[in-house]
Amino acid sequence: MRISTDWRSLKLAAAAFFVVALIGAACGGDDDDDEPSVAELRGETLTLVTHASFAISGDTIAAFEAQYGVTVEILPAGDAVEALNRVILTKGNPIGDVMFGVDNISYVRALSEGIFEEYESPELDNVDGRWIFDDSNHVTPINYGYVLFNYQKAALESGGLTPPTTLEELTLPAWAGRVAVEDPNTSSPGQQFMLATIAYFGENGQYTWLDFWRDMRANDVIVTAGWEDAYYAQFVQYGGEAWLVMSYATSPPAEVIFAEEPLDSSPTGNAIIPNASYLQIEGVGILKGTPRRALAEKFIDFMLGARFQEDIPGNMFVYPVRRGASLPQEFVDFADVPEHPAELDPEQVEANLERWLDEWSDVVLR
Amino acid sequence: MTSLRVVARSGGWRWLALVPIAFLGVFFVWPLVEILRTGLAPGGDLTLSPFGTVLGDDFYLGRLWFTLWQALVSTLLTLLLGLPSAYAFARYDFPGKTLLRALTTVPFVMPTIVVAFGFIALIGPSGLINDLLQSVFGFDEPPLRIMNTITVILLAHVFYNYTIVMRTVSALWANVDPRTEEAARVLGASPLQVFLRVTFPQIAPAIAASALLVFMFTFTSFGVVLILGGPEFATLEVTIYNLTARLFRLPLAASLSIVQIVFTFGFMLLYARLQERSAVPISFQPQGAARSRLSRRGKALAGLNFLIVGVLLLGPMLALVERSFRATEGYTLDHYRRLESGLDQNVLFVPLSESLGNSLQFAATTVAIAVPLGTIVAFWLARSRGRWRNVVDALFMLPLGVSAVTLGFGILITLDTPPLDLRASWLILVIAHVLVAYPFVVRSVLAVARSIDPRLREAAAVLGASPLRAFRFVDLPIAARAILVGVTFAFAVSMGEFGASLLLTRPENSTLPIAIFRSLGQPGAERLGAALALSTILMTVSALGFILIERARYRDIGEF
Repeated sequence: MRISTDWRSLKLAAAAFFVVALIGAACGGDDDDDEPSVAELRGETLTLVTHASFAISGDTIAAFEAQYGVTVEILPAGDAVEALNRVILTKGNPIGDVMFGVDNISYVRALSEGIFEEYESPELDNVDGRWIFDDSNHVTPINYGYVLFNYQKAALESGGLTPPTTLEELTLPAWAGRVAVEDPNTSSPGQQFMLATIAYFGENGQYTWLDFWRDMRANDVIVTAGWEDAYYAQFVQYGGEAWLVMSYATSPPAEVIFAEEPLDSSPTGNAIIPNASYLQIEGVGILKGTPRRALAEKFIDFMLGARFQEDIPGNMFVYPVRRGASLPQEFVDFADVPEHPAELDPEQVEANLERWLDEWSDVVLR
Repeated sequence: MTSLRVVARSGGWRWLALVPIAFLGVFFVWPLVEILRTGLAPGGDLTLSPFGTVLGDDFYLGRLWFTLWQALVSTLLTLLLGLPSAYAFARYDFPGKTLLRALTTVPFVMPTIVVAFGFIALIGPSGLINDLLQSVFGFDEPPLRIMNTITVILLAHVFYNYTIVMRTVSALWANVDPRTEEAARVLGASPLQVFLRVTFPQIAPAIAASALLVFMFTFTSFGVVLILGGPEFATLEVTIYNLTARLFRLPLAASLSIVQIVFTFGFMLLYARLQERSAVPISFQPQGAARSRLSRRGKALAGLNFLIVGVLLLGPMLALVERSFRATEGYTLDHYRRLESGLDQNVLFVPLSESLGNSLQFAATTVAIAVPLGTIVAFWLARSRGRWRNVVDALFMLPLGVSAVTLGFGILITLDTPPLDLRASWLILVIAHVLVAYPFVVRSVLAVARSIDPRLREAAAVLGASPLRAFRFVDLPIAARAILVGVTFAFAVSMGEFGASLLLTRPENSTLPIAIFRSLGQPGAERLGAALALSTILMTVSALGFILIERARYRDIGEF
């Protein structure tokens, strides 16, 4: 008797489940009533989906908001790869109006998933052609930067070493256990360096990129999950054992800007290895189906304008694409622009990335 | 008599249970089913071939095996260290007890990256212990090399989960009448016999409950394995994260998620059966009655236990606190000075007052939702005699055993339309916290609720008390300590910000852990300093919270 009572209560509970779920599902019906609103932007809210490394001055955003009488909402969603995947997952019902953080490699996937609308900003006239990576104008370039090895000057001096000028050097005993890189499976700079090694050594020939990584492993390369643990836990600058860390060309100026005591020079430097630094160009696109297309266009124009562009380096620690945009003095003094970054074909990367990651994991981790 | 027993047993619990059922249905089951469906039936037709890929691949099977054995070993190690402490905390008074209990719960709220800094400062190649060993024994190289090994994964799991065992078990142990043990001893039983035959059966439900929670946490371990263990180690959870958030191979991710769910569900079902069988009515004693003196051997054992706990748990935390005040030369408050104004102009920067306020507000809301939900589920399950109650019990535990990224992605594609467009709402953060927090309340309260002698309630009913009065004056006072344990964990879960990075967070909803991550986003000594200062504040505020919760009393409730 009692068993049946409780059984009934459970069935009742299951029914309740179902009803609530149905109501929820019923609410999820119509979504083709988006009319692109035009002239009157005032009062609208623009949502910018981006990655967690996005940074810009509050004043700059406020200037745009004041100019059009709108609100800008910024939604950071994990790192660049994770943010793009979230946008792809929700493309039927986008989580925002524009997305920033697609780069000169990942845009191939973004385009094939059809998440962006085409837009050619008039401000592109002020951008050097070499930064425009998407000829179809779905992704507008905003900034660029370089992924490369940083070294700590004091450590190299005490070890009697000079910054490496080839990748092959790093497999020598002098660098054993002194090099920290990020896992390309879980980290963007890690993945970018892996791609750079493929461009540098190639997949075929006497000594392939996998041979290099095999030798790096034998030479006790330190591999971390993300940039934070590589830089702040493994790098000798913060108490670790690595003299070289995979980071950014703008990290040395950041060390000066965020030093505890004013510094005349950076404690770290960039190891410029020809054909081994990775050039990343980041861009922005209008998410397909946004009802705020006109405002989204204005925002992209604004991102290419002088005010936003000159605000980029001090916040995101990358270079603005706008011709003639001024740079902070620390960038001029302590950062380097590698003349010969690695060259990669985005289509080829898109087609082979998963295989490369598997091969890398086989050689380095298993 | 029959009708009386029915009233006393089920009362209105089964109606109240509709609330947690609806909550779980909307915020857990629906998103989960949708994301699994997206993975396995993208065009509408179900394909099961990804299962073949997963189950036929040595790589995935290897990860499953690693996930299983490291969780098992971690759980055993945590029990080994936690149980003696639980005994000491339950039975003895010693100076600084409340503070120590609060401090040992602090690890629970710490972001893994910060814990990694603490571990490196303590046991890293140039850490405190290696420095000490090198200077005392004159080693040329650091003798202790355990970073990025399985050892550090296991240590970190003990570091995080010790408090689960200590708190859950001591809450029940403190209520066990010591006279039952004394009686056994008078009758000639050896101390070991007393423990195995008298004490253990009474505290077994709490041991099992805490073991299950630790097992679930370590089985689905993410940050510890990823950051402290390094890329060579990966649990199913890490693999699912890679497949979902990075490679976007949803079919494989969905099938691996289901494998993970099958395993966690199986364990929880097994546990629910065992626990039910092991629950015995015990005669509860108010706290004060349980105090006894420590023997010399007891003192030595307790001392050793606390020494290990001190080094392993407090060591890394103290190292962080020390480092947050350290400057190039001497000590400074500089790292704390600009937490309010910020190191840069970033629009995403959130001042300390705001992130701290958000953290506390979210934690309070999480407690306010998770504790009633969990208590209802616990009493419903305790009273239920339904055939499926063990299955229901295991289902309610499932949020602990499901990959966070799977659920996060599920939420993105289900709760996406008004009035339930919660994708970037602060509510979804709280809901995510509640989903992790309420199972703690259930486990903690159910262990006690099952042990309450039903005759107490029957007596109250005979004397004319309504079911509500009987609950208020019989069950609630007895279960109060267990509920407080639930409150503590709900608070800790929320302060520790589980899974927020897997959802969308508006800048104005940033919490302390998010502020810590953001501070570490750029290179520079000041940025690390600010992150350490924020971590110290997170630790301090959490410890104060734990002490306040422990002090909470309402009339006679909480005296047990």
